[in-house]
Amino acid sequence: MIYMETCRVEDNRGVGGEYRILVLRSEQIAGSVLPGQFVHVRIPRRNDLVLRRPFSVFRVRNGCMEIFYKVVGAGTRVLAETRRHAALSVLGPLGRAFPDADPDAEPVLVAGGYGAAALYMVAEACRRRGTVLLGGASAGDILLGTEFESLGWRVEVATEDGSLGLKGRVTDLLDALIARRPGEHFEFFACGPEGMLRAVARRAMQKGVRAWLSFDRRMGCGVGACLACVLDVRDEGGRRRRVRVCREGPVFEAGTVVWEEDPGND
Amino acid sequence: MTEIGAERRAAGRKEPDLSTDIGGIRMKNPVMVASGTFGFGPEYADLVEPDRLGGVIVKGISLDPAAGNEPPRLVEVPCGLINSIGLQNPGVEYFVREYMPFLRDCGTTVIVNIWGRSIEEYRLVAIRLSEAGGVDGLELNLSCPNIREGGAAFGTDARLLRQVVTEVRASTDLPLIVKLSPNVPDIGELAVICEQAGADAVSLINTLPAMAVDVETRRPRLGNISGGLSGPAIHPVAVKMVWEATRACALPVIGVGGVSSLADALEFFIVGARAVAVGTATFSNPRCALEIVDGLREYLAGHGLAGMDDLIGTLET
Ligand SMILES: Cc1cc2nc3c(=O)[nH]c(=O)nc-3n(C[C@H](O)[C@H](O)[C@H](O)COP(=O)(O)OP(=O)(O)OC[C@H]3O[C@@H](n4cnc5c(N)ncnc54)[C@H](O)[C@@H]3O)c2cc1C
Ligand SMILES: Cc1cc2nc3c(=O)[nH]c(=O)nc-3n(C[C@H](O)[C@H](O)[C@H](O)COP(=O)(O)O)c2cc1C
Ligand code: FES
Repeated sequence: MIYMETCRVEDNRGVGGEYRILVLRSEQIAGSVLPGQFVHVRIPRRNDLVLRRPFSVFRVRNGCMEIFYKVVGAGTRVLAETRRHAALSVLGPLGRAFPDADPDAEPVLVAGGYGAAALYMVAEACRRRGTVLLGGASAGDILLGTEFESLGWRVEVATEDGSLGLKGRVTDLLDALIARRPGEHFEFFACGPEGMLRAVARRAMQKGVRAWLSFDRRMGCGVGACLACVLDVRDEGGRRRRVRVCREGPVFEAGTVVWEEDPGND
Repeated sequence: MTEIGAERRAAGRKEPDLSTDIGGIRMKNPVMVASGTFGFGPEYADLVEPDRLGGVIVKGISLDPAAGNEPPRLVEVPCGLINSIGLQNPGVEYFVREYMPFLRDCGTTVIVNIWGRSIEEYRLVAIRLSEAGGVDGLELNLSCPNIREGGAAFGTDARLLRQVVTEVRASTDLPLIVKLSPNVPDIGELAVICEQAGADAVSLINTLPAMAVDVETRRPRLGNISGGLSGPAIHPVAVKMVWEATRACALPVIGVGGVSSLADALEFFIVGARAVAVGTATFSNPRCALEIVDGLREYLAGHGLAGMDDLIGTLET
């Protein structure tokens, strides 16, 4: 069930750099959202912004859902200025969740930037604690490390400028982890820029690991009506199909995704 | 609903009559949802009761499945958006099998928007939908700017327009609405051609050709380079064109373009539209069309108008 709920802002605080946490009082959406699902938020006071903005639900606590967001443009700037007690119109929960983790596999969460927010509920839900790999351009883009640790996960960090953790990419951490534990049966959960998702998918396919990837796409309606957010996948019969990230996704199994300009997979 | 009706009668006020007729299509109220913004029917079912809408205009359907354009397919611009979806759809057979059962039961008027790469394709889709049962009318999309063959030439070339409307008219008994391109010097002339060729109504406008550029990468912001502009930005353009069309021909006109409030819908009615369709505004407020229905009822009652006929075409000049 998709709801359109008017949510009161309980808190909206900066957590370093351009990143913020928005806490929204919610019954219907907070009561039913699953890890990996997202919401579509109407930007208040700005009728010139005709589209809602999609955000993953970061977590649910005390009857509130929280959104962990980065201020990047006009819409998120207005959100950042939204005060406590303001009312926001939120559509959700949208999309399909990450599936339950395989109990026999060692879960690895791979996050680029705010992708960490989409994986936090996965970390809460997994019976088995595994490893979280956090990547970003610089130390300020490494998010939620202590939160993942307090849930009992091992956290490893890579930054492109070397300001925190390994100097390199999050997939370098993944390579090192796979190399360290050759016999291990892994399962990957990833959210981040598309290039990162693709790199995770490639490794998963090489190693025969099941990997679940959460995609970002430009969205119009968020509910499957406008066909703005499509992605090409293959169905069980190997037929190429164009599906909607907002309905059939945002989570897809790596092996089903058709990657553009990649003859290797096509 | 009944309770409110009873109260009103008790107070001696008659509920205004919102029903309307579009070239033989009976509608319980004159507010529909526009093609391409409400999917194939069921997508908004959790959020919008379809039986309270005047009608649903389904996304453009073609003979064969179409994959549409490459993403990104949508970009927001001030007071509007540019889309280059490219008429993606699963083809008429799949549509009839998978979506018509829902649409037949949804309790409102169902209009299917159709397009083709040739006149023959328009005809075949029209014939298939006439047999399907449950379709109340067809809307010929002759005006989509997003695919080269996608009807834009049909909608801007007077001779082709007459030919496609005449041939589809001869192929179906369903009421025929022709959706006109705004991309023409004289919309009235084309509306007259539709009338002469046997159309039952015209709808306008479709999106306006548009483009946006990312100034950092210097790349177009749409995968298809350009697309069609919709939303509040195009509403005044649409009002003018609807006004011209209603003056030029006797066909009922459906006003489309940037309706996001009661006032926007009222403007269309006042210049002569017999119905309106809400498009882009549904994305931000899925219940926009329903709110306009409620607002319209109050407006008519508040202005002492008994029904839509007392409002439509009452522009004072
Ligand atoms: C399923 C999903 C989950 C997301 N989860 C989060 C999250 O948890 N935290 C977070 O900070 N961000 C998240 N995003 C990205 C977020 O939607 C964009 O950062 C936001 O829409 C930017 O809006 P803006 O007006 O500030 O930016 P502008 O660049 O001014 O936006 C212009 C238009 O582009 C769209 N847009 C811009 N960037 C993106 C993007 N990366 N993805 C999709 N649309 C975009 C906007 O929605 C808007 O329509 C998610 C995106 C998707 C699709
Ligand atoms: C995402 C999107 C898809 C559309 N698809 C179609 C379509 O398939 N057929 C059609 O005739 N018009 C299509 N349109 C045009 C709308 O039906 C409408 O004419 C136009 O958007 C103007 O109305 P609006 O400003 O209320 O959106 C589409 C518009 C949008 C925004
Ligand atoms: S955003 Fe409209 S179909 Fe996905």
